[in-house]
Amino acid sequence: MELIMKQMPVVIGSLNIGFLQTLKLFFVTLIGAFPLGLIIAFGSMSRFKPLSVFSRIIVWIVRGTPLMIQLLIIYFFPGLVLGNPIWGGGETGRFLAASVSFIINYSCYFSEIYRGGIQGIPIGQEEAGLVLGMTKKQIFFKVTLLQMIKRIVPPISNEIITLVKDTSLARIIALQEIIWAGQAFMKGSQGISGAIWPLFFTAVYYLIFNGLLTILLGRLEKKLDYFK
Amino acid sequence: MAILEVEHICKSFNHTEVLKDISFSLEKGQVVSIIGSSGSGKTTLLRCMNFLERPEKGRILVNGEVLFDAADPATQMESSIRRKRLHFGLVFQSFNLFPQYTALENVMLAKELLASEQPDYKAKKKEIHNEIRLEAEGLLKQMGLDNRMNNYPHELSGGQQQRVAIARALALRPDILCFDEPTSALDPELTGEVLKVIRELADRNTTMVIVTHEMAFARDVANHTIFMDEGRILEQGDSRRLFEDPREERTRQFLARFHQA
Repeated sequence: MELIMKQMPVVIGSLNIGFLQTLKLFFVTLIGAFPLGLIIAFGSMSRFKPLSVFSRIIVWIVRGTPLMIQLLIIYFFPGLVLGNPIWGGGETGRFLAASVSFIINYSCYFSEIYRGGIQGIPIGQEEAGLVLGMTKKQIFFKVTLLQMIKRIVPPISNEIITLVKDTSLARIIALQEIIWAGQAFMKGSQGISGAIWPLFFTAVYYLIFNGLLTILLGRLEKKLDYFK
Repeated sequence: MAILEVEHICKSFNHTEVLKDISFSLEKGQVVSIIGSSGSGKTTLLRCMNFLERPEKGRILVNGEVLFDAADPATQMESSIRRKRLHFGLVFQSFNLFPQYTALENVMLAKELLASEQPDYKAKKKEIHNEIRLEAEGLLKQMGLDNRMNNYPHELSGGQQQRVAIARALALRPDILCFDEPTSALDPELTGEVLKVIRELADRNTTMVIVTHEMAFARDVANHTIFMDEGRILEQGDSRRLFEDPREERTRQFLARFHQA
């Protein structure tokens, strides 16, 4: 215990840096996957058959294979197989590759949630808008969108919380996020080696951050409670 | 001249003919009711008039202007349909109010969106907004909803929701207001309050087409009644005459249940 207390300041400093990278990946994924998911959702619902089939196949592949494999393929395939390492080296390259993998993966999950949210809205809402002379665009933004958001907040919240933990998979391509930072003390780093507790201690970071998110998302859900 | 002329409308879904050569016309200020058993095509006819369905044959004219001609693709352009819809208002069986807006906002929304497309909107934004608001408030008062303007739909009874929906349709001042079984989703107690406001609209010479199962209401309020059966207009004419002295055997059968009650 005494040893842990002595190691604590160094470990915390290191984990903080790692967690910053975790947060960066988390937010970049959300910012990318929210709109891309909507585009895929519209693709899947398109009346243009080739587009809807294409979108659904993409969603099937992405949801049907492990995110870890997707990370490895996206990071290594261009360089090792095609001989064109598009990501560049170093931490920047790893972060780019991880971001692209996570955005693609999560937008596919989001697209299915969006699709459910849109299709769950009674057709009468659109028809009411149409007979009132609204354009399709006006109907989407003024009538359907908020109802859709209300419907998707609970399932999206679930995905967001899963994403916080999934970012740890980026460890597989050595992105220096918090798991990587915790593991470093096993092999030896900054004068500490053979210590496994820093790795276990990363759980506290996830737990606290997810606690905050749960509170925030709960508030959002409550805010949308003013209509049924 | 007739305000509305429906000529030879035919419509089918997956090879099932739902409307077979439907024709009727309507004078300004008149009320026509459409009666008939479920599945006779009444609702589909209203939906065709509101451009929610596209007939395979026939024409629809308002004030002599051809709004729709199945034989003329130029009348079916998506961009022009939007404006044409404004000749008609439609009140749905299931109200279809927008749940995230208050009663007042429901009535104002479409009009504000239309106003925002006017070139001088930015300069006179406040004025226009106030004008639309006053008008919407007036309509809700007319519907007896003075105290319910700022309530959300889920806080209103079915009868109140339907009256908001009527105000919402009236806000755009349609030439012809259509009702699709406006009281079928209401329990008997609430039916009366909705029928009362429709009756008041008739007294103000609002041109209306009403699909309804309320026979007494159809007879008393409508000038003209159309009886539909299996996608055809079997009989139409002056409401009193049609109810008291139907010419067709099928009409007689249909009305027998109502006369017994």
